[in-house]
Amino acid sequence: MSTAIHTENLTRRFGNFLAVDHLSFEVQTGQIFGYLGANGSGKTTTIRMLLGLLHPSEGSARVLGYEVITQAEQVRARSGYMSQKFALYNELTIRENLAFYAGVYGVNDAKRLNEVMGSLDIESHQNQRVQDLSAGWRQRLALAAAIIHRPGLLFLDEPTSGVDPVARRAFWDLIYALSADGITIMVTTHYMDEAEYCSMVGIMRAGRLLAIDEPDNLKHKLPGSIWQIFAEPLLTALEIIKKLPGIIRTNLASDHLRLIVSPDLRIEQIQQRLIEAGICIQKLQPGEPSMEDVFMAYQ
Amino acid sequence: MPDKLIEADDLSKAFGQTQAVVGVSLQVASGEIYGLVGPDGAGKTTLLRLLCGALHVDSGTVSLAGFDIAHHVEQAREQIGYLAQRFSLYEELTVMENLKFFAEVRGLPAKDWLPRSQEILTFVGLADFTGRRAGQLSGGMKQKLGLALALVNRPRILLLDEPTTGVDPLTRQDFWELIIKLLRDEGPAILVSTPYMDEADRCTRVGFLRTGKLIREGTPSELRSLILGRVVELAGQPQSLLARLASSDEDVENVQRFGSRLHLRIRAGQSEVVIQRLNEKIIGNGGKLDSLRMIEPQLEDVFIVFAEGVS
Repeated sequence: MSTAIHTENLTRRFGNFLAVDHLSFEVQTGQIFGYLGANGSGKTTTIRMLLGLLHPSEGSARVLGYEVITQAEQVRARSGYMSQKFALYNELTIRENLAFYAGVYGVNDAKRLNEVMGSLDIESHQNQRVQDLSAGWRQRLALAAAIIHRPGLLFLDEPTSGVDPVARRAFWDLIYALSADGITIMVTTHYMDEAEYCSMVGIMRAGRLLAIDEPDNLKHKLPGSIWQIFAEPLLTALEIIKKLPGIIRTNLASDHLRLIVSPDLRIEQIQQRLIEAGICIQKLQPGEPSMEDVFMAYQ
Repeated sequence: MPDKLIEADDLSKAFGQTQAVVGVSLQVASGEIYGLVGPDGAGKTTLLRLLCGALHVDSGTVSLAGFDIAHHVEQAREQIGYLAQRFSLYEELTVMENLKFFAEVRGLPAKDWLPRSQEILTFVGLADFTGRRAGQLSGGMKQKLGLALALVNRPRILLLDEPTTGVDPLTRQDFWELIIKLLRDEGPAILVSTPYMDEADRCTRVGFLRTGKLIREGTPSELRSLILGRVVELAGQPQSLLARLASSDEDVENVQRFGSRLHLRIRAGQSEVVIQRLNEKIIGNGGKLDSLRMIEPQLEDVFIVFAEGVS
């Protein structure tokens, strides 16, 4: 397997602010790499550096074998990029928008337009103007524009933000299809079920890459156990539990609390504390770690 | 009924040829969170904007805490806190200045909003950041400031349009904790639209909107019970084989990925038959099974049914 992305101590400062802090990682060709982190943790800054749009303050990166600093043009000619803010021309049709992007990338092959529209299943709407399209169709068009020049690597920056559950799944079907064609994908998302669809996941916090591994390994390495507590009154129980040492994270779900508990704290201790406070515990059960738990544990 | 703070009756709104909202009626009482879900473009934002009077209805009536917005729009609006999907903060103003500006625009005298500001900044966890410029806040803190702005007038009605879209999981969890505490402490009526089904699950009632129509309404457990016994979880390796075998089963209506697992929706009454049949097929084809069992439907399973248009 060859390496699609390789970074070494990649760093970016804005004034005194360290946006990306000595990032070293590798993404292999053909992988779907999920890049997770809170807003402002450095995800977009990383992607902009990898595309050669922003100079690193320190360190280096190679993308598809090219140095992002000195060979930015080669990198961009071989990479695609799509975000929620992708510029589409509202008054142009799907086909006209794609033709425009083909021109930008110097693709003068009419067959490629049809091929891309075919593979993303947007041919039927090709003569509709963007302003008349639903969010889901716009998103497909944005993806089509990002791959018109047959990139080997695709950066997707929160491509499914605000998209409904069915449209999100349909979009991931497209990502899988592109991946099956050999395109390497780096994707950011706030949907933790989507993190499960990635072959590898990295978790960022405050500019630093805290973990990088396959989703299953990240779940196994979770530094604590998961407990679900059904109790009344739930909010009071939450307030008590939050004060206990050894509670890594709490989540108030619809009818229960989900806790990530460090090995130092036994569940009996939590139980006892709740009973002392007059909380009625209806059910207490261990849970299986999810990617959301993993994400939360690292924040 | 005085406790029905939001009452919408037979609302319709068209934009040109497009019927954005069609005959929607709903009511939200004090202390309730009503979750509005539906596919993109179903009319959720339009409905919220009709309810807060930002858009005029073509027909139908909206009453907020007893004030009909067609006749008493000022009084009706005083009852509302509204957090838009892409709310704006003045980035160069501090947290406190943003609150002051917002309160003054809403015509609140300082004797009202000043003490209230302290209270809500403490509530959302920004009390130590009153002098920080909004532009210097993290994404999660901006979100909390947005909520604080919507609460400055002590609204009895809170309208939230996809408040957690584009927000990370930690911020999202914090935000919902605040909403649920607010409900306990101040008992407003809350209407929230969301693309996240785990959020819809935290609501008292959920309404499903499709092509402008409210096609189903109920508590989360009522909605889940619509497909009780018809959802089977399947996990194992290789996933492509599992998905293919499941999809080709005659009693499987739908196969969807849920994280690392598949959820199969089974024709009513056939779950046990399907489980046995798939078990044999998967093993027979050299697959490895980690899980094949009937599970409690999730709201996301129900969403998929409604979005497909299956009744």
